[in-house]
Amino acid sequence: MSLTRRNALVLGSAAFVVTLVPLHAFAASEKTMADIKAFSGGAAVSNGGIDLTTPEIAENGNTVPVQFSAPGAKRVMILADGNPSPGVGTFNFGALGDASGSIRIRLAGTQDVVAIAEMADGTYVQIAKTVKVTIGGCGG
Amino acid sequence: MAKARVKVPKTAAAGELVTIKTLVNHKMESGRRKGKDGKVIPRKIINAFSATFGGENVVSAKFEPAISTNPYFQFSFTVPSTGDLVMKWTDDDGSTVEKTKTITVA
Repeated sequence: MSLTRRNALVLGSAAFVVTLVPLHAFAASEKTMADIKAFSGGAAVSNGGIDLTTPEIAENGNTVPVQFSAPGAKRVMILADGNPSPGVGTFNFGALGDASGSIRIRLAGTQDVVAIAEMADGTYVQIAKTVKVTIGGCGG
Repeated sequence: MAKARVKVPKTAAAGELVTIKTLVNHKMESGRRKGKDGKVIPRKIINAFSATFGGENVVSAKFEPAISTNPYFQFSFTVPSTGDLVMKWTDDDGSTVEKTKTITVA
């Protein structure tokens, strides 16, 4: 492949996106931070070990499919950072459960959806995904 | 109250990971919407769900108003042996719906 000007532009913009994505800092609201603290008891929360699947763009904020999976987790909490009250649900898994699940949630607008899990060894992990919402789903 | 629909496999191999799909018909009134008279419609949601297999906890969940109308929940678990999967939903008004499905291990 010869490096034409068009190819150079495509490569350049792709590289730009790649460097931007990991830098996307997750800045939670005060209410969300309070909920995270209540869940973890103030313990440090690290990244990784948990997976959250959300649509990039949700046309209707009334039902946004969300899928989480945290192998080996005892408890998982889902938060919607930009909702009037961030709590969405808390799931406690027994020995038989595989700590994954799918739910449909309401989102008031474009925001971060956060999942936090307590692992079997007592450590906490979290993941955040941004969902763009076209029509919010919290009513008037 | 609400009507629940579940999809549970009838048979499974021992130690197999099965996926359960559940759906309840419920308005999940968030307590934030206003009616025609401008007054807030009081909150009425399903606030808890639990699933047990052979008396052992599989998953118990606490739902907040941010769960959509007609709450859908899908989860998976490993079937150790033949037994009953008991699923229970609890409404804000205290009423409950229960569904029991037997999974047979061949």
